[in-house]
Amino acid sequence: MHQFTIEPWLGANWDVAGYNIAFTNSAAWMLITAVVLWIFMLGGMRRQLVPGRWQMMVETFTGFIDDMLEANIGKGGRKYVPYIFSLFMFILFANLLGLMPLGVVGLHPFTFTSHFTITGVLAIMSFLIVLTVGFWKHGLHFFSLFVPSGTPLIMAIFIAPIEFISFMFRPFSLGLRLFVAMMAGHVLLEVLSSFVIDGWNAGAGFGLLVGVPSFVLMVAICALEILVAGIQAYVFALLSSLYINDAENLH
Amino acid sequence: MDLEAAKMVGAGLAAIGAGMAALGVGNVFGSFLESALRNPGAADGQQGRLFIGFAAAELLGLLAFVVAMIILFV
Repeated sequence: MHQFTIEPWLGANWDVAGYNIAFTNSAAWMLITAVVLWIFMLGGMRRQLVPGRWQMMVETFTGFIDDMLEANIGKGGRKYVPYIFSLFMFILFANLLGLMPLGVVGLHPFTFTSHFTITGVLAIMSFLIVLTVGFWKHGLHFFSLFVPSGTPLIMAIFIAPIEFISFMFRPFSLGLRLFVAMMAGHVLLEVLSSFVIDGWNAGAGFGLLVGVPSFVLMVAICALEILVAGIQAYVFALLSSLYINDAENLH
Repeated sequence: MDLEAAKMVGAGLAAIGAGMAALGVGNVFGSFLESALRNPGAADGQQGRLFIGFAAAELLGLLAFVVAMIILFV
């Protein structure tokens, strides 16, 4: 589908060691997301004693992530606020910008979170932080993560491989969830909009019978997609913080 | 049945998984709401766990979607 194709905006022939490093629409929208996020944060960092509306909005987000880490990790969670906050806001803004109806002015948004390459890298980043923190703080004792405390030895033989597989599956499930949720939503909207267009093309009868209900459903699904954009960003940040909790507070 | 038709049938069968995940997600939120109405004071503290359950249930539905896509297009 056209909305998911990655095409170069600049430098289609930039090659480094046989690999193309063109500035694609995916990279461009990542840059736009970063700039929008930067403007959003800049507006809220004036540090007024009595916060205005904008500062209030930014402080709500930072407080939200701060509370989440405090609840899931505890006192040691404070130092992960910058990472989890960046992750949450970046994904949230990416998801929301991808839903913007900018196509009416000719600028088609590209939802880069609907590509597994990007969500996969974000998930691997969280996973690497878990591994680094775990081995840094606990050394080889970190492997006791695979044996829950108080497990009898006979059970541990069976549980350890299962725990190991579930641990190694985490980055995949983390990246896959965000990518599939965003892609499925956009595919659903595209299918419904094709119903509207094809319905009206087939005549006024089909237009009224198929096109109008599809259009009403599309509006509702758009509202649902905004909800999904928020929930998926929250779930990504929540699960990242839970995984970090495993490394930070080994049972 | 030739291969193309079998692929379509397989992808359709994979969509059952999405329906099953819908049951799971509904169950998560339903159970949460049921208990939250019994004890509204404790509800806010359990929202993190609510979304962990939601994420776990939803992942399997999304995997069913991925399986359908892989059957159809790969």
